[in-house]
Amino acid sequence: MQPHFLEIKSLAKRFPTKDGELTVFEDVSFGLERGEFVCIIGHSGCGKSTILNVLAGLDAPSDGEVLMAGKEVRGPALERGIVFQNYSLFPWLSALNNVIFGVAARWPGWSKTRVREHSLRYLHMVGLKDGAEQRKPSQLSGGMRQRVAIARAFAIEPKLLLLDEPFGALDALTRGTIQDELLKICAETHQTVFMITHDVDEAILLADRILLMTNGPQARIAESVRVSIDRPRERGSIVHDPGYYPIRTHLVDFLVSRSHELSGSANSGAPGSGHQGPPRIVDPAQAARGASNAKDKASSNAIAQATSHTAGHSTSNANSATGYRAAESGSLLRAVNL
Amino acid sequence: MLKSDTWRAVLVSVSLLVIFLGLWQLSTPAPQAEEALSEYELLMGGADQEARVPSPSEIIGLAIRELSNPFYDAGPNDKGIGIQLAWSLYRVLTGFGLAALIALPLGFLIGMSPMMYKALNPFIQVLKPISPLAWMPLALFIIKDSETSSIFVIFICSIWPMLINTAFGVAGVRKDWVNVARTHELGPMQTAFQVILPAAAPTILTGMRISIGIAWLVIVAAEMLVGGTGIGYYVWNEWNNLDLTSVIFSILMIGIVGMLLDLALASATRLVTYQE
Repeated sequence: MQPHFLEIKSLAKRFPTKDGELTVFEDVSFGLERGEFVCIIGHSGCGKSTILNVLAGLDAPSDGEVLMAGKEVRGPALERGIVFQNYSLFPWLSALNNVIFGVAARWPGWSKTRVREHSLRYLHMVGLKDGAEQRKPSQLSGGMRQRVAIARAFAIEPKLLLLDEPFGALDALTRGTIQDELLKICAETHQTVFMITHDVDEAILLADRILLMTNGPQARIAESVRVSIDRPRERGSIVHDPGYYPIRTHLVDFLVSRSHELSGSANSGAPGSGHQGPPRIVDPAQAARGASNAKDKASSNAIAQATSHTAGHSTSNANSATGYRAAESGSLLRAVNL
Repeated sequence: MLKSDTWRAVLVSVSLLVIFLGLWQLSTPAPQAEEALSEYELLMGGADQEARVPSPSEIIGLAIRELSNPFYDAGPNDKGIGIQLAWSLYRVLTGFGLAALIALPLGFLIGMSPMMYKALNPFIQVLKPISPLAWMPLALFIIKDSETSSIFVIFICSIWPMLINTAFGVAGVRKDWVNVARTHELGPMQTAFQVILPAAAPTILTGMRISIGIAWLVIVAAEMLVGGTGIGYYVWNEWNNLDLTSVIFSILMIGIVGMLLDLALASATRLVTYQE
C-alpha cells in the first residue's frame, strides 16, 4: 500500500490523575494525502486540539507516532503552519510585520525587500490592503485579524497547514466570507490542510474528508466521511447539491447521538480487541445517489454494503443502519426538490 | 467636552495653589522692622533669635537666586542646588542601572523556569522587605567607601521591583505566542528578544518605574546618613544651619526631580505598551 503523505499511527494521549490514568484518546490512526483538505469534528474534550498539537509537534503523544513524508514529527517545524483560534498575532507588531516575522523566520537569507514583497503578496491575497496592513491587530476587526493569521501561515508555504477552529470566534457573516477566501486560496495553492471545526456546514464546504471523533474520554476516530461534492464549491450553491443533505444529516446524526453511543465502546467490548487501524470510510452522498437511482426499497441493503468498505467488523450492524438513514434523507431531499 | 474639563482642572489647580500660598503668606508674620543689629546678632551672622517657618515669597526669592546659578561651587558646604541634584542623580542612575543589569536577566531566568522561581523565591521574599538603609553599616564596613556604599544601597532597593516584575511579566507571556515562536523554529535567544521581551516589556518597565521611584526616595535618606554631597546631604546641612527656606526649597526640588524621573519612565512604558 502506498504510504500516505501524513501518517498518524495508533496515537494516544493519557494524563495521570489521582484516580489513575485518564485516557483522552487512543488508537487514533488516519492518513492525509498531499493536497487533501481534512476536517475533524467532535465534541469538546475529545482531544481534537491535542491531536492537532501533536501534528504540529507542540505536544508529545503518550503512544503512537506521526510520520510526515516518511519522517517522524519531532517538535515544531516551519514545514507545518498553524492558525490558532485566538489569532495568536503579536499585538506589538503591525499586520505586515506579523507576516514578515514568519517569512523572515522561514527564509533567513532573503533580503528585506524580498521578505516584505512576499509578505505583502500574501496579505493582499487575504484581502488586506489600503493601509490596513500597517495597523496593529488591536485596530483590526476579528475577521481581519484572522485573515492576517491565515496570511502568515500561508506565507511560509508550509507542507501541511493546521487550523485550530480558525473561525470559531467570528460572526456568521464574516466567517462566510473568510471561508470563501480560504476555499479560493486552497484551490490555488493545493495546500494540504488539517482543520478542527465545530461547524458541520463549514466542514462540508471546505473538506474532502471529515473525520468524526467519539466523545471522550477514550475518544477515537469512528468514521471518515468522504465529501463527494464536486469542486469548485460555492457557499450559495453547495446546499443544492443532492449530496449535501445526506452528508449533513449523517454528520449531525453522529454528533447528536452516535458520538455518545460509540464513546468508550472500546472498553465495553473485549479490551485490547477494540477498533484498530484506520477509521471506517463512509460516503453518504454516494449512498444517497445510489438510493435515488434504485427503484425498490430492497436496494438499501446493497447501499449499506457499498457504504461500508471495511465491512466484516462487529459494527456492520450499525453500518447498514447508517446507510439506510442516509438513503432515507436522500429521498426526502428529492421529494423536497420536486 | 474633554478639553473644557482639562481647562477646568487647571483652573482648580491654580486656585488651590493660590489659596494655599496666600494663607501661608498671611500666617507668617513679616520680620520685625529693621533694627540695627546688636553686637551679638552680628556675631551670629544676623540670624533671627527665633527660627520661624519662612513665607512663600522668601522661598520663591531663594529659588530664583539658586536656580539662576545652580552650579556654583564655593567649598564643601556651599554648592549650588544643581551640583547637589546631579550627585544624587548620578548615584541613583548608577545603582539603578547596575540593578537593571542583574535584575532583568535574572528575572527572565526566574520567569522562564518554574524550578528557578521556586528555588530563588525564599531568598527574594526574605531580602525584599529589608529597609535598604539597614544594609548601610554592612556596606560601609565591606566596601569601605561611603560613595560606593550609597550606590550599593540604591542598587539593593531598586533590584526587587524590577526582578519581580520581570519574572512576573516573562512568566505571563501568552502560551500561544511562545508556540508561534516554536512553530517558526526560533532559537532561545531569538524567542527571548523577538517574542518574550516585547510581550513582557510593559510589565518590566512598570517594575523599573517603581524601582526608580523607590531609589529616589532612598537616596535622600542615604545621603543624609553618608553626607558629603547630594540633595539629601543638602537638606540635612541646611537643617543644621537652621535655614528652613533652603530646606523647603530643596524639598520642592526633590519632588520635581522625582516627578521628572517618573515621567521619563512613564513615557518609556507608553512606547512599549501594546493593546491586545
